[in-house]
Amino acid sequence: MSNGSSNNNNTARFDAARRVAIFGGTHGNEMSGVTLVNLWMQNSAEIQRKGLEIKPFLTNPKAVEKCVRYVDTDLNRAFTQENLSATGGDELPYEVQRAQEINRMFGPKGSAEAYDVIFDLHNTTSNMGCTLILESSKDAFNLQMMNYIKKAFAPASCLVLLNEHPLLKYSTSRSVAKHPVGMEVGPQPQGVLRSNIFEAMRVILKHALDFISLFNEGMEFPPCTVEVFRVLERMDYPRDANGNIIAMVHPNLQDCDWEPLNPGDPMFQTFDGKSIHYQGSSTVYPTFINEAAYYEKQQAFVTTRRETLAASAIGKA
Amino acid sequence: MQRTSVPPIYNVTICGGTHGNELTGVYIVREMQKQKMEKAGSVSVTTVETNPRAVAAGRRYTEMDLNRCFTDVLLSSPITESTPYEVRRAQELNAQLGPKGSAKAVDLLIDLHNTTSNMGLCFIFYSIDWITLHIYKYIENNLNSVPVRAIQLDIPSSEAYSLESVGKHGFAIEVGPQPCGVLRADIFNVVKEALDLTLQWLQKFSSGHSFEGGTVDAYTFVKSVDYPRDSAGKATAIIHQDLQDNDFKLLRSGDPIFQTFSGDILKYEGEDLYPFFVNECAYYEKKIAFHLAQKKTYSFPHISVKND
Repeated sequence: MSNGSSNNNNTARFDAARRVAIFGGTHGNEMSGVTLVNLWMQNSAEIQRKGLEIKPFLTNPKAVEKCVRYVDTDLNRAFTQENLSATGGDELPYEVQRAQEINRMFGPKGSAEAYDVIFDLHNTTSNMGCTLILESSKDAFNLQMMNYIKKAFAPASCLVLLNEHPLLKYSTSRSVAKHPVGMEVGPQPQGVLRSNIFEAMRVILKHALDFISLFNEGMEFPPCTVEVFRVLERMDYPRDANGNIIAMVHPNLQDCDWEPLNPGDPMFQTFDGKSIHYQGSSTVYPTFINEAAYYEKQQAFVTTRRETLAASAIGKA
Repeated sequence: MQRTSVPPIYNVTICGGTHGNELTGVYIVREMQKQKMEKAGSVSVTTVETNPRAVAAGRRYTEMDLNRCFTDVLLSSPITESTPYEVRRAQELNAQLGPKGSAKAVDLLIDLHNTTSNMGLCFIFYSIDWITLHIYKYIENNLNSVPVRAIQLDIPSSEAYSLESVGKHGFAIEVGPQPCGVLRADIFNVVKEALDLTLQWLQKFSSGHSFEGGTVDAYTFVKSVDYPRDSAGKATAIIHQDLQDNDFKLLRSGDPIFQTFSGDILKYEGEDLYPFFVNECAYYEKKIAFHLAQKKTYSFPHISVKND
């Protein structure tokens, strides 16, 4: 599929999306994706769409088997150009080998042969509800898809997190595709399968596949706007000289993903009960609050700001 | 009501990190060590991080669940090169804090745990022990931010498998819901409050205060229920949304308990019982979807410390 090329109606034209993948188990202990992909690998009836090749795929089977996030290194950070071109074969960390394999099967990243769309299914311990993760504010196809999903899922909430920050964005499994879409649903503990979270993920994925199907059949989508939360800054826990955390996410902030955090609001609580307050100069919208996997990545939460993105009309080339 | 005098409690040991990814206990113990909490009145206080390797790895255990290693058989099994780390560690802890069943064992052992289940704060203990019941009652009366409940496992001491069985008196404090690897401030604050109340009680007891007897409604373990599985042993259903997060809500025949991946609802059949440890993450590998309990009422007498 080509990058959108405008015609004189300012409709961005894309080739039909024929090759779609659904990744589960990129983190082996995020159970909704693991379970859905296993189910669909056994019986794909639910995800079939005419004219579309949809491949469910377990990206990190060793991590899934051990029910851990990763074995050697985080697969969802491993798709750097350096890793993808590294030599060393079996000597390489498991997830780097996996990244190269996935890049061969679904990429190569950045090429014309790459898969059109990859959905990467994730869970979080944070109270984020249903979140779609967007990597580029210029991807009209993805923006239109996310607009469609949000409207189809309403009145239930499905928010969009945009991570385009040059320092904070990372090389995800899905980045191998032309149109990468992250699906993050929480809160769910690692290693646990909750029915409400499972069903929500199943439904938003259904809407996503419906969109692609409609697009491929020739439906034109008029220009739209999409509200997104753009990642601004990573906030770490206060730590001592040895790197140990000395405070916890404050009870007032815990579970308050997407709610405004104003300068002066409580942010952390020390173990002996003192509050540490947010010192930023303006209101931000925190998310990924108290995600288990991020303690080691020096992140208590990220701050975002609300933005409205405009997407051009799209249609099949 | 009956008045009983009970031998003094000279020392209490508070343990955390028995499961390395249950973080409240880890950080409570570290904070108590940092604050040099060594005495509560005349009662000496010790803190122990029991499974440091699992804590460092951020895992429940490294080779074997430490909190299943305290049976008499495992505590006395010979150590060879192939002995799992946690069996060795259990024997070390037994030497340090026990030996289990002997006069040298610590007077009171409290082990801190978290669960992914919506259980509030639970005391878990084996035997009906006046000290444990009085402390429980004291906490139940004074702690208001979460539901407080008692769970009793009717297992004889020799077969008791968990760490708290090493002390002369012992109980676990289990608090949830909290995901593995997550430290929630609200849960930390609740456990700290429960421990402060416990130490308060111990000081009052040691200084001769007399405590009124009463009754405790405890949940006594009856049996576990596994997930339905296919011929390959894979679970074919999830905990039903009506049961999820409804620990301790009475389950009756006909109530939904599972929903299969194909959308069928499976219902409970059996006597009215109380579910707990509903959807505890660590229990998937133990083939447990939830436990079931009966509620029993236990009376306990007025007590005060025995003066020799």
